Amino acid sequence: MTTASEGLVPRFSRPEAWDQARPAVADAEAKLRVEDLNFYYGSFQALKSISMDVPANQVTAFIGPSGCGKSTLLRCFNRIHDLYPGMRSEGAIQLDGQNINDARVDTNLLRARIGMVFQKPTPFPMTVHDNIAFGVRLYERLNERDMENRVQWALEKAALWDEVKDKLHQNGQALSGGQQQRLCIARTIAVKPEVILLDEPTSALDPISTGYIEDLINELKADYTIVIVTHNMQQAARVSDVTAFMYLGELIECDETPKIFTQPGDSRTEDYITGRYG
Amino acid sequence: MYSVYQRRRLINRVIMGFCIAAAAFGIAWLLLILWSLVVKGGAALSLSVFTERTQMNGGGLGNAILGSLIMTALGTLFGSIIGVAAGTWLAEYGGKSRLASAIRFINDVLLSAPSIIVGLFIYAVVVLQTGHFSGWAGALSLTVIIIPVVIRATEDMLLLVPNTLREAAAALGAHRWWVVTRVCYAGARAGIVTGILLGCARISGETAPLLFTSLNSNQWNFFDLNSEMPNLPMTLYQNMTINSFIPRQVELAWAGALLLTVAILLLNIVARVVSRQRG
Repeated sequence: MTTASEGLVPRFSRPEAWDQARPAVADAEAKLRVEDLNFYYGSFQALKSISMDVPANQVTAFIGPSGCGKSTLLRCFNRIHDLYPGMRSEGAIQLDGQNINDARVDTNLLRARIGMVFQKPTPFPMTVHDNIAFGVRLYERLNERDMENRVQWALEKAALWDEVKDKLHQNGQALSGGQQQRLCIARTIAVKPEVILLDEPTSALDPISTGYIEDLINELKADYTIVIVTHNMQQAARVSDVTAFMYLGELIECDETPKIFTQPGDSRTEDYITGRYG
Repeated sequence: MYSVYQRRRLINRVIMGFCIAAAAFGIAWLLLILWSLVVKGGAALSLSVFTERTQMNGGGLGNAILGSLIMTALGTLFGSIIGVAAGTWLAEYGGKSRLASAIRFINDVLLSAPSIIVGLFIYAVVVLQTGHFSGWAGALSLTVIIIPVVIRATEDMLLLVPNTLREAAAALGAHRWWVVTRVCYAGARAGIVTGILLGCARISGETAPLLFTSLNSNQWNFFDLNSEMPNLPMTLYQNMTINSFIPRQVELAWAGALLLTVAILLLNIVARVVSRQRG
């Protein structure tokens, strides 16, 4: 029997974490449950009957070639699609058993529970402090000291505090790209969401910043459920517990990450991770 | 091959020379105007120009300066409120809807409308209705002139704010209005302020819309906007035309022209400084 790293996936090295003891993903309860989700951009169907579970306090990665619908699916979780006309979805997404894909759901309250970090760093044109306080002020009335504590807490969580503690009142857009992205993660954490969605969070960053953010993802999953879209299969293998492979708007398979990368159940998954397309 | 290159270099030099000459021609007039203003207006400047009111012979320009400041400030204030609100609606809410397109088109027309027509409009709907000229009518006509400038600046600047910022703010659970006022305005602030300042510079020198709205007066008018309001552009016009046989009045007109030009120059400089702070 050949091992995965030499047989099936030649350009892929086995992450160390796989050989350490891991909690069984199958036992984790579902934080998000997608049930027969279809999504349309106008008349184009971008998601076709997706059903899957996102386990609580785990990292779930969406992989697949460009245009496969992975970002579209991620953006269904916080209903950011609602900002634009002409988009429509059918089916259910259960957050702790409550269907959030329902017109009656208050999307602002939903987004306070499900935070999102985007591909490009998006610091607001205001100070580092105000960037963090922005989201907090939306839902909580804190006095100055509590706000400062919250800002520090969020920046520490995002491993950025030491770098910016003397720059809290400088413009957030003046930070480096990697710092900006960690600021965006801190901003998301500061609202204390339950789920964090990451849409290719490191694709615009250098390897060192990418390393920081991957370490961060590992630490954050103790407190949050994390879903990450990535083009980088190594990254999916390094950071995720569960990997979902999507292709042409369909969910091809979704399973524990080591299994997807070593014994994929579908030949299309195998073709993708061995680099035959993508 | 060498001749082809030489020919191209020659054409390049001819065209470059023509461009420089054209630029110099334009700037020369501007410098000439500034020069004659400084020479003739500067000579007439004294403290009494600011402290005394306009009189048949002699006096100063104090009342006209005050009146112009009041009406320009009011026009800028009203125009900014309405213009920013309308520009915000166009950029953030109207989008490509039919109503938004119609408003955009009308705004473009208004932007290039002759200002005397705006004056006539206010004359018809305010002056004729109330039965007298007034500072309010003058301020209103200036408001109508500045509104399209501010609308355009606000819309353009808000459209420069990347959509990813709106998404990021919405993803934190912010309401649409909160996103616009906290995030989009923060990004567009410098540009909008620049637009308002440029609009202010534009209306501070307008004469035609004041002709039959605020009229003019040689009395001090301290914020009594219900009566005629003295103002600099009209005083300048009268001193240079019907009063031009009185040498002192012509001198005062030159002084007024210098003051007006310097004020507009300063507004433009401030606007440039503000717009540069963005980066």
